This record gives sequence, C-alpha cells and structure tokens, in this order.
Amino acid sequence: MNRTNDLSTSPATLADLPVGQAGVVAGLTLRGPERRRLLDLGLVPGTVVVAEMRSPLGDPVAYRVRGATVALRREQARAIRITLPDGDALDSTTPDIEEP
Amino acid sequence: MSTGSADLLSTARALRAELGEGLHDTLVEALYTDAARLADRAVTRPGERPRFDLDRTLDRLLTSRTWGFPIMGLLFTLVFWITIAGSNVPSSLLATLLVDTLHPALKSGADALGVPWWLSGVALDGAYLATAWVVSVMLPPMAIFFPLFTLLEDFGYLPRVAFNLDRLFSRAGAHGKQALSMMMGFGCNAAGVVSTRVIDSPRERLIAIITNNFAICNGRWPTLIMVSTLFIGSAVPAALAGVVSAAAVVGVAVLGVGITFVVSWALSRTMLKGQASVFSLELPPYRPPRILQTLYTSVIDRTLIVLSRAVTMSLPAGIVIWTISNVTLGGASIAEHLIDLFNPVGLLLGLNGVVLLAYLVAIPANEIIIPTILMLTVLSTGLTGVGQGAGVMFELESGSAIKDILHAGGWTTLTAINLMLFSLIHNPCSTTILTIYNETKSLKWTAVATLLPLGLGFAVTLTTATIARALGLV
Amino acid sequence: MQETPVLPKPDALSSAGCATCPMNRHLARLGVNVDNWDYVVALAGNPNTGKSTVFNALTGLRQHTGNWPGKTVARAEGGFEFGDKRFKLVDLPGTYSLLASSVDEEIARDFILFGQPDVTVIVADATRLERNLNLVLQILEITDQVVVCLNLMDEAKRHGLMVDDRRLARDLGVPVVPTVARRGTGIPELLQAVHDVATGAVKLRPRRLRTTQNEALDKAVATLTAQIEAAFPGLPNARWVALRLLDGDASIERAIRDGSLGDLSRGERVAAPDERLRVAEVSA
Repeated sequence: MNRTNDLSTSPATLADLPVGQAGVVAGLTLRGPERRRLLDLGLVPGTVVVAEMRSPLGDPVAYRVRGATVALRREQARAIRITLPDGDALDSTTPDIEEP
Repeated sequence: MSTGSADLLSTARALRAELGEGLHDTLVEALYTDAARLADRAVTRPGERPRFDLDRTLDRLLTSRTWGFPIMGLLFTLVFWITIAGSNVPSSLLATLLVDTLHPALKSGADALGVPWWLSGVALDGAYLATAWVVSVMLPPMAIFFPLFTLLEDFGYLPRVAFNLDRLFSRAGAHGKQALSMMMGFGCNAAGVVSTRVIDSPRERLIAIITNNFAICNGRWPTLIMVSTLFIGSAVPAALAGVVSAAAVVGVAVLGVGITFVVSWALSRTMLKGQASVFSLELPPYRPPRILQTLYTSVIDRTLIVLSRAVTMSLPAGIVIWTISNVTLGGASIAEHLIDLFNPVGLLLGLNGVVLLAYLVAIPANEIIIPTILMLTVLSTGLTGVGQGAGVMFELESGSAIKDILHAGGWTTLTAINLMLFSLIHNPCSTTILTIYNETKSLKWTAVATLLPLGLGFAVTLTTATIARALGLV
Repeated sequence: MQETPVLPKPDALSSAGCATCPMNRHLARLGVNVDNWDYVVALAGNPNTGKSTVFNALTGLRQHTGNWPGKTVARAEGGFEFGDKRFKLVDLPGTYSLLASSVDEEIARDFILFGQPDVTVIVADATRLERNLNLVLQILEITDQVVVCLNLMDEAKRHGLMVDDRRLARDLGVPVVPTVARRGTGIPELLQAVHDVATGAVKLRPRRLRTTQNEALDKAVATLTAQIEAAFPGLPNARWVALRLLDGDASIERAIRDGSLGDLSRGERVAAPDERLRVAEVSA
C-alpha cells in the first residue's frame, strides 16, 4: 500500500481530526486578524497538531500546538487545512502519539 | 516629514506590492522554525515518558461528556453552599455586635456628651447604621466566596469551565469566558465586571459587562430569601414551605441566567452587531494551588476592599436616608412626599412608592433594601410601637412581625413577586456603575449598562402587574 | 541618594540561604511610589507565565495573580531597589506576539520600542518553551537589553522536562535566569542579571533572524534596511523596522511620518501612548 496519505482528492481540515489523532498543518484559509491570531499560536505550515479533547457540548475542541493547549471553535478548525503524518489514516482509533 | 522619510515609505509600499501576500506568514514561520530549533536544543525529556499523565487524565475527566457537567455543577453548588452556610453565623455575630450592641452604645454615649439630636441622628442612625448593616451582610460571604473562587482559578479549572460552556455562549454571540464573569457576579457584580478583563475581544467584553448584573450578587440574596419565605413559602402548606421558598429563589436566579443569554443575544444583534472578534481560549497546565497563601492574601485583600467600599458608599447613603426621613417640608418629611409622588407609578408596576424610593436611595448598596423598606413603611403608615424612629433602619427577628408591617404598607403577594423580579432586574449598585466606567472609560456604555436593566425591570414588573390585574388576581 | 534597605517579606523568599545572602539586604521593594528612578525595566511575556508573580516578587505589590490567561491590567507599575540603584518596573500585558494584531500587543510593542526601557525582562514558561520563544525572538529583534526569566521550573520538573538554561543563554545571546517565582527561587539571580544588563556590565549578543528562508523577502529587507539606516542613522533596529514596514504595520508608518522614529534614532525617549482599553472604539 502506498505509504503517503491519499488526501489530495479530499482536503481534510482540523475539524475532521478525531480526538487523539495528530495532523500536520498545511495552510490556513482565512485572512485578517483571525489568520494572524492562529499564526501567532504557532499554527504555521508543518506544525504537528494533536486533537486532545472535545467539549461536552461538542464545540470547541482543545488542540495541542507546540507544547500548549489551545481551544478552537469549529469554524476556526475548518479553516485550517491539514495533512496526516505519513502512513496514518483518518480514522477513529487512538494510536499512541508522541507529543510535539 | 522629510523627503528621506517620504521616499522610505513609498519604497516600502512598492516592495510590499511586489512581494504579495504571503509575507506575514513567511515571517511567522521563520520565527517559529527558529523557536522550535532552540527549544529542541534546550529541552530534554530524560528516560521514559511516565505512563500515567495526571494532567491529561484530569482534563479528560473534567471535560468529558458524562462527567464534565456534573462535576461542574457539583463544584459550584459546593462553593455557593459553603458561602451561604459559612456566612450565617459570622453575619449574625457582626450584626449583633455592630447594630444591636454598638449602635445603642454609641447613641447613649452621644446623648451623654450632649450631642444635638440631629447630629447624632445623621451620623449614627444614618451613616453609621447603614455602613454597619452593609458590612455585616456583605463581609462574611465575600470573605468566603472569593478565596474559594480564587483557589479554583489558581488551580487552572476555570478555563475548562469556559471550554465546557462556550457553545451556549457562542450561540448568544458571546464568549465562553463570560461564564466566569457571571459566576463571579454571583459573589459581587463589581468584581464580576472586573473579571471580564479575561475576555480579549472588546465586543464580547461589553456584552459580559452589561449582562453581569443579572447574576444575583451576595447583597441581594437576603432580600430574595426573606421575601420568598414570608410571602411565597407562607402561601403553601407548612410542610412544603421551606422547599417552595428555596425553589422560588433558585428560580429567580435561573431566570437571571436565562435573561443573561437573551440579552447577550439581543445585544449582539443590535447595539454590538457586526464587530469582529477572534475567539481565543488557552487551557493552561494545572498548577497545584498554594492553599494557605491564597486564602490568606485573598481574605485580607477582599476584606479590605469590602470594608472600604462599605464606608465610601454606605456612609452617604445612610446620611441621605436619615435626612429625607427627618427633614420636614409642609408638615411631612421629604421621604413621605417622595413616597406619595412615586406611589402611582409604583402601584402600576405592582410595587409601591416605598419600594421605589428605597431602591432610589439604596443605589449604593443592595444590602439595605429591606431595612430601608421597613423603616419607610413605618414612617409612611404612621405605625407605632415598631421600629426605632424616623430614618432609623431596622429589621425584626420575627418573620410574622415583618409581614404585619408590610401588610400595613399595602403589600400583596404580587408586590412580593415583583419585588423579587425587580431585585433581579434593576440598575447595578453604584460601586458597580463606577467600576463599569473605570473599565470601559465610556459614558455611553456605562449608561447602557445602568439603564438597560432598569428599563427591563420596569417592563417586566409592569407586565406581571398588568397580567395579574387583568386576571383579577389583584 | 540614600540607600534604605527594607527586608522583603519572609514568605516571598523561603530558601534557607536567602535570608543571610548579601544580595537580599539590597533588595528594597518600593511599592508604587517611585520617583527618580535610575533605570526603567519592562516586564513582558506570554499570558499565563507567572509574570504577575514575578512582578509581585520584585515590587512587593500584591497584584492579583491567577492561572488564567490574560488577567493583568493594561499597565501596572512598581519599583524596587537593588545594589544602590532604583528601578521602575512596568508590567506589560501578556501577549503571544508583537506583530500588533490586538490592542494589548500594540501597548506592549509601543512601550518596548518607544518607551525604551533600559532592560526588558521576558518571563517564559519552561513547560511551553517553544511557544514562548516566539515572543522572545521578536523582542530580541527590537532591543538588545533583554533578560529571559525562565519561570515555572518546578512545573517543568513535575512534567519530567529538563531545561538547559545555559544552552539557551548561549543560543539567545542574552542572560537566561531559571526561577520559581512563587517560591522566590532565582529572584536574586534575576535581580543581578537585570542590574548587570542595565549598567552595561554584561556583553550581549542577541540572536537575530538572519534569513527568512525566502530570497525575495530577504532582498527586499536588505534594500529597505539600507534606506532606513541612511534616513535614520543611529537607529539600533533598522532591520526590524524594515520588516514591519513590509508587513504594512500602520503604527510604524505613522511613527515615521510624525517624526517619532526620528526622535528614537537620535536617542530621545519617546513617551508611550495612552493605553486605555479602547472599548469605546466599539461603536453601535
């Protein structure tokens, strides 16, 4: 099986990342102060992000970014394109991810 | 500006146009790449990562679908319960000391020294008594509530609460952190307003400030509890009285929370519409709180703040109350004139002139509403054998005695209900108004925060009174 | 000026050696009344790094601290005395970066740039070092006079992290002092470092971003920097100004237009602008 991820056809966003899985930031699709804020938090391309936990009401979700835990609402998470670390698939099993 | 500078700016602009958009990104990326490299070199994790990560487990628990809300509910109920139960005895002790013992002692001392009646009246019956009342009601709950809250805060739990509740607030156009300022408001609204500082976005901060008043502060609980016990609890069989009156108070508090969401939603659609705001919430690591240290500094700090506020706000209020009750114009005291003036509007609202006047003079401090109402009622109805004279606030041990006075003043169950509603929905106390101004530096928004709840309060009481009259209940 | 040593409160410095250490005697915490100071020290850092605890440890003010991001007032000031010099300490709002996307960041940035503090102490959280270093690197682009206070070392230990402050100091080119502010550990060393940087006793070689990995950008920066240095000789951070101009930073453009950048280059201290929380900007 091809080891590279096959998401080129269906771009995944941070909002699609299940709890416990890691993703790699590919880019941000929003502009302006929102974009700057996300960049300031360390969500630059190449950063590894792990979905830590979801609020009991479903939104927001807490993500581990560069050693800190940050909560993002769904509309923000949807604007962050991600790819998966090589060999992983976007599923709901929770592998033992080493923290960034 | 010099030609050198002008050239500089135009060169910069030209280069910017050339480089296009990705500039900012590139810069931040470069910084973070460097930061990562440095951190990598400086930080090491020796040996195996511990299998059990306490922080992670705690986080999963406190925000879990099954346990998150129950734990939250439990913790906050505990905080409120400890506050109410713990402040009972100290409050009565303080009242006994300051009001029942010191006040008469000071008065006889003043008499012995030959101090004129009006001076001892203004100073002791007015200024001192009001202050003593506020201190004994306000001090113990504050001294308990805030340290408890601070402990939760130091520990790092509060951002998790915002995290859990954010969805509700975002639907209302607000921020999850508003949950925290709201909680703080249940202790003291002025402190609640200050705590909105944690909300970065100005728009969401204003929403939190304006709606903070719908959280029932410590000073208003006694009023609600007493009125509920006397008028609502007594309307049901004795066995249920306790539960029912408690439920009524809780109901009013919950109503306050509901109003908070509705008004937040309305504000974000109208006056505060369309302001850009970026959501941000970081969940810091848990830190073991230094319990003794926190308790000590919190209690001392809080105590001092409350005492100073009591003095600056209640002193003048006491003076005003005594003065209007004792200065006569054309045969009746100013207070009586005002009561007559306010009565028509008061009755229309399902309240009465005494209540309106009491709320007017007690803008500085919600704590003295009931004593003031009792005093003014006795004053205006000319009841004898009760109270301690014109301008001297009082309370009675016996609930039925209080009820008798209020009945004499024309109180009905409608009056009681509307008083509870008005207590929930009226303008903030003067300390809070001042705090709002300090925080916003805007006369406009301070006015909105003051008048919006007041207007809403009038509207709500008018509605219930009209309905009651229409249904022939009154 | 007369030295009036005041012993700090016992709860702040609890390690056994502190009470008898000669440095301790010299620390006088002056509370808020600070006139005629010798040096101005700015206190910056990410939100929630124990910055307020450091502030309190140095000044003796009991500013409320809490494990909550972004709690501090817009600008709190205090003072302390050390080694017969008086220091005015200005606590800046906690910010993630200085690239001016919010009022707080503008306040912090403007103070460091125009207020020209003699020392900028950056409080960093040892458990979230990577994210904190972003701000450190940005500040190093603006000013040389920096001391990094590596706080929360006890928490780092609890999480099983070992942080090599010496390595970090070598890499950053400025003093790095590990502390546990809430216990007072490392505070005397911090004071010494601040004192040394303020008086010029330490040689600083701050780390500057040499390339952005983007050729076109690097070229543009070089061109603009040269022009800035020509127009404002003596400006210590021309390269940073170039980067800000290219990023379209409106307040830097304004500073050039109204001459305050010119004043800076001539070494004149420019007053920091009013920093009231601009809630009034939100209009109906």
